[in-house]
Amino acid sequence: MKVSRQALWLPIGALAFYAAIKLLQFGGMISKYWQLVLDQGLIMVIGALGLSIIYGFTGQFSLGHAAFYGLGAYTAGALDKLYGQGNPAFFLLSLLAGTLLAGIVAMLIGLPVLRLRSDYLGIATLGFGIIIKVGLDNSNKLIPMLGGATGMSGTPQLAKFDLIFLLTFICIILVRNFIFSTYGRACTSIREDEIAADVMGINTTRYKSMAFILGCSLAGLAGGIYAHRYPFLHPSNFDFLKSFDFLLIVVLGGLGSMTGTIITAIAWVFLLEGLRFVLGQSFIDWRGVIYALILIVTIILRPQGIFGGKELSILVPKLPLKAPGKEQQTYAGPGS
Amino acid sequence: MEYFLEQVLNGLQLGLMYALIALGYTMVYGIIQLINFAHGDVFMVGAFLGYFGFAVWGLPLPAAILLAMVACAALGVTIERVAYRPLRYAPKIAALISAIGVSLFLEYFSSLKFVFGPNYRVVPRPFAEVNWKIAGLTVTNIQVIVFVVVVAMLVLLQFLIYRTKIGMAMRTVAVDHNAARLMGVNVDNVISFTFAIGSAFAALGGILYALAYPQIHPFMGIMPGLKAFTAAVLGGIGIIPGAVLGALIMGQVETLTAAYVSSQLRDAIAFAILILVLLFRPKGLLGRTETEKV
Repeated sequence: MKVSRQALWLPIGALAFYAAIKLLQFGGMISKYWQLVLDQGLIMVIGALGLSIIYGFTGQFSLGHAAFYGLGAYTAGALDKLYGQGNPAFFLLSLLAGTLLAGIVAMLIGLPVLRLRSDYLGIATLGFGIIIKVGLDNSNKLIPMLGGATGMSGTPQLAKFDLIFLLTFICIILVRNFIFSTYGRACTSIREDEIAADVMGINTTRYKSMAFILGCSLAGLAGGIYAHRYPFLHPSNFDFLKSFDFLLIVVLGGLGSMTGTIITAIAWVFLLEGLRFVLGQSFIDWRGVIYALILIVTIILRPQGIFGGKELSILVPKLPLKAPGKEQQTYAGPGS
Repeated sequence: MEYFLEQVLNGLQLGLMYALIALGYTMVYGIIQLINFAHGDVFMVGAFLGYFGFAVWGLPLPAAILLAMVACAALGVTIERVAYRPLRYAPKIAALISAIGVSLFLEYFSSLKFVFGPNYRVVPRPFAEVNWKIAGLTVTNIQVIVFVVVVAMLVLLQFLIYRTKIGMAMRTVAVDHNAARLMGVNVDNVISFTFAIGSAFAALGGILYALAYPQIHPFMGIMPGLKAFTAAVLGGIGIIPGAVLGALIMGQVETLTAAYVSSQLRDAIAFAILILVLLFRPKGLLGRTETEKV
C-alpha cells in the first residue's frame, strides 16, 4: 500500500514536538512544575477532544463532561490503588477500565437523554454531572476507600510525560480518523440539520449515541491518566465548573475544529498557570478577574472561536474525491 | 404530621425565593434565548449591597433594599450592553460563553479585598425572629415576610407584563425580534428593561435569602442560581408561570429530601427529578411541544 507523503506530516510534527520537549528536558529548561502543567495540558487535550466530538462535530450540547472525566479518574485510580502495586501492565488495564466504564455509563445515560434538544440536553447533562458529583462526595458510604468528600490519594503515579504524549497522539489520530470517516460525516450532518440528516436516511439516534459514547470514553481515559499523574483526587475537581472548562476550550477553539481544540486546551492550561506566575504574590487575587476578562474579550472578538471551524492541513487526511473511472456529474437544472 | 407541614412551609419559603431568581432567568431566556449564567451572581451582588447598605452604611432597611435593587438593575443592563449585545446575532453558544465569563468576573471581582472580600460574612438580622404557633404549626415572621414580598412581586410582574405598554412590547419581542421592530418596538430598550427587572428581582431575592439564611459570601450565588435556573427549565423555560411552578416544586423536593432522606443527597434528587421530567415532557411541565417543521 502506498502511503501518501501528506499522511506522514502528522507523525513528523508530533515527533518534532516530542523531540523539542525532550531536548528542553535534558537541558534542564523544564522545571517539575512546568512539566506538570504540560502534562495537564495534554490530559485536557484528550478530554476536550471528547467534547469536541460530542458538541463540536455532532452538535449535542453537553454540560456534564467532567462527570465522565471523574468516573474515569476514580475507576482507574481506585483499581490501580487496590491491585496495581506499580505494575505497568495493570496501570494500562486500569486506564482501559476507566475508559470503558465512562463509555458504558455514557451509553446508559445517553440513550434516554440524547432525545432532548439543545439547551434542554445541556441542562439534563448538567444535572447528571451534579448527581455524579454528589455520588462521589458520598462514595465513602458504599466504598470507604474512595474517600468521599475527603478525597482519595494513594494511586501509583505511573503516568509519565512519554506515555501521556503517546496516548494523546493516539487519541488525536483516532479522533481525526473518526471525523473524516463515514461515521464522522454522518455526525457532522446531524450537527448541521438533524431533520435533514434523518430524511437522508441517517440513523440519528445511532450516530448521536456513538459520538456521545466515544466522546465520554475519551473523557474517561483523560480522567484515568489524571489519576495517575496527580496524587490526590477530590470530587470538587470534577464538578460542573470543570465541565464548563471543557466547554470553554471547545468553543473558544472553534466548534468543529480539532486544531482549535488541541491548541486551546494547552494554551488554556498554560494561561491559568502563567497568570499565577506573571501576577506574583501581591496580585494573585486578580487571577480570576483577568481570566474572566480574557474569556469575555476573546469571545466578543471571535464569536466563531479562534480557529472558527478551520483545520491545520496536517490534520486533514487526503481523501479520494471521486471514485476512479466515474466522472463527477454536475446537476444542470431541471429538464436537462 | 406537624413536622411534615413545617417542612412544607420551609420548602415553600425556599421555593418562593427560587421563584424570584427563576423569573429573571426565564424572562431573559424568553426574550433572547440566552441562559444568563451571570444571573446567580447578580443575586449575590444584591445580597451584598443590601448587607452593606443596612449593616455598614447604616441606611434604613427599605432604603438599603431599594439601593440594592436599583444598583443591580443597572448592573444587569450594563452586563447585557457590554457582554451580550455584541453577540446577539452570533451563534447562541458565544453569548453563553460570555455569560460564563461575566459570572466568573463577578465572583472573582467581588472576592477582591477592596470590593466585598473573600470571606463569609454573618448578616445581622434587622429584627428579631419571631415564632408564632398557629394550630400547632410554627410559623416564623421571616416566612411570612418572604411569602408576602414574593407574592406581591409576582402580582406586580403579572400586571407589568399583561397590563402595560412595555409589557406588551416584551411579549412582542419574545415572539419575533424583527416583527417587533417593524411594529415600531425599540427592541434594544425592551431587552435592557427585561434585564433591569430580572436583576432587580434577583437583588430582592438575594436580600430575602440573606435574611432567611444569614450568611453571605462571593460564591453564594452559584448554587441558588443553578437551582433557580433548573426550576425555570422544569416549568418550561420562557414561561413565567412555569418558572414559579418549577421553583415551588424544587423548593419542596429539596426540603423534603433533606428532612426525610439525607441532606447530602438533596441536590442529586432534585436534579434526578429534573431529568425524569424532561424525559417525559422535553419542554418542561408547562412547555408546549411543537412539531418541528422543515
